[in-house]
Amino acid sequence: MSKYYATIGLEMHCEVSETNSKVFSSAKNSYESTPNCNVSPVDMAFPGILPVVNKECVKMAIMMSSILNARIPEYMYFERKNYYYPDLPKGFQLTQNPPEDCVGNGGYIDVEREDGSVFRVDIDNLHLEEDAASLDHFYSTSLIDYNRAGVPLLELVTKPCLHSADDAVSFLETIRSIYQYCGISEADSKKGQIRCDVNVSVSPDPNTLGVKVEMKNVNSFSGVRDAINYEIERQSEALDNGTYEREVEQETRRWDEESAQTIRMRSKVDALDYKYFVEPNIPKYKIEESWVEEIKKSIPELPMQRKEKYIEKYGLSDYDAKILIKEKSVSDYFEKCIEIGIDSKQAANWITVQIMGYINKNNLTINDIYLTPELLKQLIDNITNGTISSKQAKDIFFKVLEEEKEPKAFISKDNAQISDKDELSKIIDEILANNTNQVEQYKSGKDNLFDYFVGQVMKNTRGKANPVITKEILKEKLI
Amino acid sequence: MYMNKTIKELHEDLISGKVTSDELVKESISKSHEVQDKCNAFVTILDDQKGGKVTDNLLSGIPYGVKDNYSTKGILSTGSSNTLKDYVPFFDATAITKLYEAGAIPVNKTAMDEFGMGGTGTTCHTGTVLNPWDLSRMCAGSSAGSAAAVASGVYPYALGSDTGDSIRKPAAFCGIVGYKPTYGMISRYGLFPFASSLDHCGVLTRSVEDAAIVVDTMKGIDKKDMTSWDSSNIKLYDNLTSDVLGKKLFYIKEIVDKNNYKNLPKETIEHLDNFMKTIELVKSLGMEVEEVSINQDLLNAISSVYVVISCAEATSNMSNLTGFIFGPRGEGKNYIEQMKDHRTKGFSSLIKRRFVIGSYVLQIVNQERYFKNAQRARRMIVDTMKELFKKYDGLILPVGTGPAKKLENDEMVTDDELTVLDEHLQIGNFGGFPSITIPNGFVDNLPVGINITGNCYDDQNILNIAYALESKMNYKNQIAKEVK
Repeated sequence: MSKYYATIGLEMHCEVSETNSKVFSSAKNSYESTPNCNVSPVDMAFPGILPVVNKECVKMAIMMSSILNARIPEYMYFERKNYYYPDLPKGFQLTQNPPEDCVGNGGYIDVEREDGSVFRVDIDNLHLEEDAASLDHFYSTSLIDYNRAGVPLLELVTKPCLHSADDAVSFLETIRSIYQYCGISEADSKKGQIRCDVNVSVSPDPNTLGVKVEMKNVNSFSGVRDAINYEIERQSEALDNGTYEREVEQETRRWDEESAQTIRMRSKVDALDYKYFVEPNIPKYKIEESWVEEIKKSIPELPMQRKEKYIEKYGLSDYDAKILIKEKSVSDYFEKCIEIGIDSKQAANWITVQIMGYINKNNLTINDIYLTPELLKQLIDNITNGTISSKQAKDIFFKVLEEEKEPKAFISKDNAQISDKDELSKIIDEILANNTNQVEQYKSGKDNLFDYFVGQVMKNTRGKANPVITKEILKEKLI
Repeated sequence: MYMNKTIKELHEDLISGKVTSDELVKESISKSHEVQDKCNAFVTILDDQKGGKVTDNLLSGIPYGVKDNYSTKGILSTGSSNTLKDYVPFFDATAITKLYEAGAIPVNKTAMDEFGMGGTGTTCHTGTVLNPWDLSRMCAGSSAGSAAAVASGVYPYALGSDTGDSIRKPAAFCGIVGYKPTYGMISRYGLFPFASSLDHCGVLTRSVEDAAIVVDTMKGIDKKDMTSWDSSNIKLYDNLTSDVLGKKLFYIKEIVDKNNYKNLPKETIEHLDNFMKTIELVKSLGMEVEEVSINQDLLNAISSVYVVISCAEATSNMSNLTGFIFGPRGEGKNYIEQMKDHRTKGFSSLIKRRFVIGSYVLQIVNQERYFKNAQRARRMIVDTMKELFKKYDGLILPVGTGPAKKLENDEMVTDDELTVLDEHLQIGNFGGFPSITIPNGFVDNLPVGINITGNCYDDQNILNIAYALESKMNYKNQIAKEVK
């Protein structure tokens, strides 16, 4: 832990993945592993193309803006950010340019830490822009994939108001889950849908800011955490050693995942002049108050609201509720379970222990597995009515997932649990009659033989005997 | 000989079977070659083009020309630039699609000042376009090839584009009609951009009626162009009338008053005198014409405002020309060198100069002083005009400083005091106003023109005024006759 005061600001880029088409072109907006299959003339900037704003993207941007308590502008417009780079076919990016009006201006959001305490993050702006193409670099050549060119991107910029890597990550996780809950983005960093720029400065005095160092394109939350900690460490050491003036300057660095360090890219002095100006092909258009109201009404239940509901209404523990809301798909699964009548605590227990264990181990999502909430209900119902034991249920759970058959396929008359006292008594009588030696030994004090009898019952019933009842009867008969 | 006829006459001849579409196309292509030899008006002549079906549509089966900055599917489209010298698009501009749907037959792509950036017709990658009236003179530009071809009787109409005066000035210099409708009336999708906020599609014809027919077909709201608007209730040709009694026009005193100039060339004096004669004619049609005085500083700002805004937008618009996705690949060790090579070799020096200006005025340290101020001045000029359009149906002014200029002065050096007279048509682009030029006589045996500009969406009114005035003069449907 550094003895200095660190200040962190974040720029979080999130691709909007849930619109049909791209933000300024009619090409399909979807993540594809085949390069250059979702491309229109607009995305490759053929002469004469024009941008057309995707209203659905604007709607989602306004939704996010209102969740962030940001000011939504009266008029929407876009600006050209001009620079040459092979991934930018037009030679400019359509974006918004704060402090000019963006889709969200100012704002804040409250974020909960792991320990349950809450802190507030101030938002500078939220703006809507287009993504660039993606580049693949090889030894002597680079390949360009235009699938990503023109994909809608929301960039969220915080004020420099964060002070630890953990808080920064908590904030990012909160925002990511909001994107998912609102159906704006899958926000999947594996697909490159989330990329962060991180600004870090340290200072011996909480009231003055140190020199701001920017780290570009940190592509995972763990990367963000490591990059921040590395920078805090590096800059603090420089302060300690009296080399701060020389070693820390306003510059852009790159987080290198492999070597786990930040590497200098360029000084702020060589910053490009992007020559911003308003895109003339997109007329400024008014954002009607009524439309904003309509969008606000359509904001779905957000994770924090669901968490509260799970605790208050369904009586779950804070811990379980937190696990359930983390991924929207998991929370949706849980909600479905409740909807079809599964007991909330049982549902929570099955999801957080069995299902999450299975999907994490196998690197799946909850939507990938064969066990739907309906099938889970089948399984739980059979435990409740005593047809199967919890242990059997767990075995069946794995069989369902592996063989992709309904639970009832594994619950036949044959393997149904035997809970009938009379039936069990008959079986036990037979076993005791065949093992008179052991009965004598038990009665003379060899207590550990009790398990032997249970084992015999199980063997005899091929594991179907209800163990609790079996033990009860055995105890009675062996007195 | 059919290609000197009007669209309506040609349509009647086609319907009656007097001539076939194939024959028209053949005649137009053969005439194209003749004009190519004389005036160097084309980038491409579609020698294999065939006639088409003749329907009720007035344009069906009739040949026309396309300025080379319209994207035409399967047809070389260079914008008259070496940066696109082999570019064959795979999509049509919306205006072209609409003309195909009407059954119109494109027969050539016309040469232009590179990407529309020029007013001389001398910066085409295929060489200078010569004026069919006098081969030692320019056509003006940028729609130079279109103007030369229509004036020479290659076909009744050719498409143009207009960012400063690129349709309306060459039309005047070639003795024909040039019409640029209200901004957004014709979709710009597929038009190679020069300066998006000033660019207009339009047409060059030999009569107002033909201009109305063609724009009726080209116009319409387009999902691919957010600046386009629904004009389905506007039917220019159907509502064309010469009943203009009581219409009110104005001209700007500072521009046409001879006393406002110190050294007027002889031809400009004649041009201005001829303008005043036309004004008398306008009055004789029952229209009122008033002289209005406008702040000279505001008028003087026009050409600088134009330079700053158009160069700024052009710099950005043409950043896609890198030679990677289309256009000849440049040579070099890395992408920067390759791009530099492509652009260094591809652009004419005039364009490069404009890119430097555009970049300069957009730089963060200069933007407020140049670009933002130019936008403010543009707004002031437009507001001034809009205020006047509340009272008047249109602004009427002479086009340019006289007839076509000699090619040896292709630097277009005009006296500073003549700049406003030469450049005032840019007002029409600042406001997106409908604006039409028609021929109004001769100076030194060369055609000169007059322009009428009106308020946005008031295209019908402007066309009717031009239509009425045209019928009072003898220059309708005129074909260029070489005078020297």
